[in-house]
Amino acid sequence: MFHFKQLTDWIDAMLHTYLSEGWALFVEFVIVGVAMLTVYAVLALLLIWAERKVCAFFQCRLGPTRVGPFGMFQSVADMIKILLKEIIILNHVDHRLFRLAGFLVIIASLCTFGAIPFDKGLHAIDFNIGVFYLLAVSSLGVVGILLAGWSSNSKYTMIGAMRSGAQLISYELSCGLSLMTIVILSGTMQLSQIVEMQSTGWFIFKGGIPALIAFVVYLIAGHAETNRGPFDLPESESELTAGYHTEYSGIQFGFFYLAEYLNMFIIAAIASTMFLGGWMPLHVSGWDGFNQVMDSIPPVIWFFGKTFCCVFLALWVRWSFPRLRIDQLLKLEWKILMPISFLNIVLMAIWVLLLN
Amino acid sequence: MSPLINLVIFICLGVAMLVLSVMAIATKSLLRSATYLLLILLCTAGFYLFLNYHFLAAVQVSVYAGGVVILFVFAIFLTTKKDESMVRHDVLRYAYGAAGILSGIALTAFIVLKREYLYSDNRSMLGDAEIPMQQIGEALMGTGKYQYLLPFEVLSVLLLACIIGGLIIAKKR
Repeated sequence: MFHFKQLTDWIDAMLHTYLSEGWALFVEFVIVGVAMLTVYAVLALLLIWAERKVCAFFQCRLGPTRVGPFGMFQSVADMIKILLKEIIILNHVDHRLFRLAGFLVIIASLCTFGAIPFDKGLHAIDFNIGVFYLLAVSSLGVVGILLAGWSSNSKYTMIGAMRSGAQLISYELSCGLSLMTIVILSGTMQLSQIVEMQSTGWFIFKGGIPALIAFVVYLIAGHAETNRGPFDLPESESELTAGYHTEYSGIQFGFFYLAEYLNMFIIAAIASTMFLGGWMPLHVSGWDGFNQVMDSIPPVIWFFGKTFCCVFLALWVRWSFPRLRIDQLLKLEWKILMPISFLNIVLMAIWVLLLN
Repeated sequence: MSPLINLVIFICLGVAMLVLSVMAIATKSLLRSATYLLLILLCTAGFYLFLNYHFLAAVQVSVYAGGVVILFVFAIFLTTKKDESMVRHDVLRYAYGAAGILSGIALTAFIVLKREYLYSDNRSMLGDAEIPMQQIGEALMGTGKYQYLLPFEVLSVLLLACIIGGLIIAKKR
């Protein structure tokens, strides 16, 4: 089975033979940074194209068809357009905070992106406290959104930012609690070990009913975290123009746009890592022939396959359900999802005790 | 990592933190001040990461950057008007502040120069090794010696008291 660990180890060894330790580390940091940014941008283009195609499918349209086969290069053309657009500087705006806000949102998203294990040895950060790190850095984005809403000096952005702040802080709880359920099952927070432990069966099968409940809760809460429909009231077009990023233009708007799409990918990737085995192929104990066939598929394909299944679920939900009201949104979190997650943690503890 | 790289990282973080601290108290807008505070707290998290205290760094980011600063920002949204800026204080307060800073620096310097380091040969205390999460969890949730379940629970009573106090203040309106 080919793992990217061989390639990354080879690069590491080669750099260390030719360069001193400090320079080797420096070169590695630069390579990792460039690779991460490239994958980030390419994934965003892919996701935007996928969203437009899936949306068109749900609405019985064709979607983009002109640029390239199936309109595949439409988002590349859009990217070039957005890079060339003028950045409009508004009057009576707190310029420093206005500019900082977009960066905060995209930095939070990139920091989370770095911790995702794409394959064995193919993740930038692998802390002992992996899951906790993910929750911690993803909460930084809220500050960016709040600052964007305030500094734009407009009522629409302000209302959008307040709604978004309330929504993100609330739904972070369910997100964290449902991930903790899996941490109880696995006994570790390190993402690489969590994936490694699923070699005998994905956690959604191993964990039984509590894992299944946690998976559903995580998908709902994670979807709300990305500010996308039916939870898109921070930027609801019909009432707030575009919510907290109404006043942004050019690539500054692009930052928010990129972060939104990548957050969708990150939520799906975390869901597939924690519940569906990450890059680990589907293994059934006892079926050796079946396991070998599954092993012959490269792990990266497993990872992206599972992640894009979750992404497709998110798109399906977005284009199928109407938008919630703010009271319905908060009720769903505080009166339904959070009690369920608390009970589910107890259930998972009982499950783990009974199994051992 | 070699000492030189460590020094470079340390100086970068330290300078960033100092500059941001001065900016946080020198700026006129309250929200900018809160934003600089956020960046300072992130630099502190950077220091923890630098010392390999990953858990503490994540706690710093999630509690301060993700929680406390957001509460500050919300409080500023709800209480201040858009164009309000902070008032300048009289000179005497600057003098008191300067005296406080100088005595703080003197105290820290005295402690750093005089103190013998108890843990100088314990490598995990120096931050060369990552402490496993399981050990931290057991220390937080245990009842034995050097374990912190009781303080942890007492703190939650304090938080409960804060919530009840907040509710009572809000009810009066």
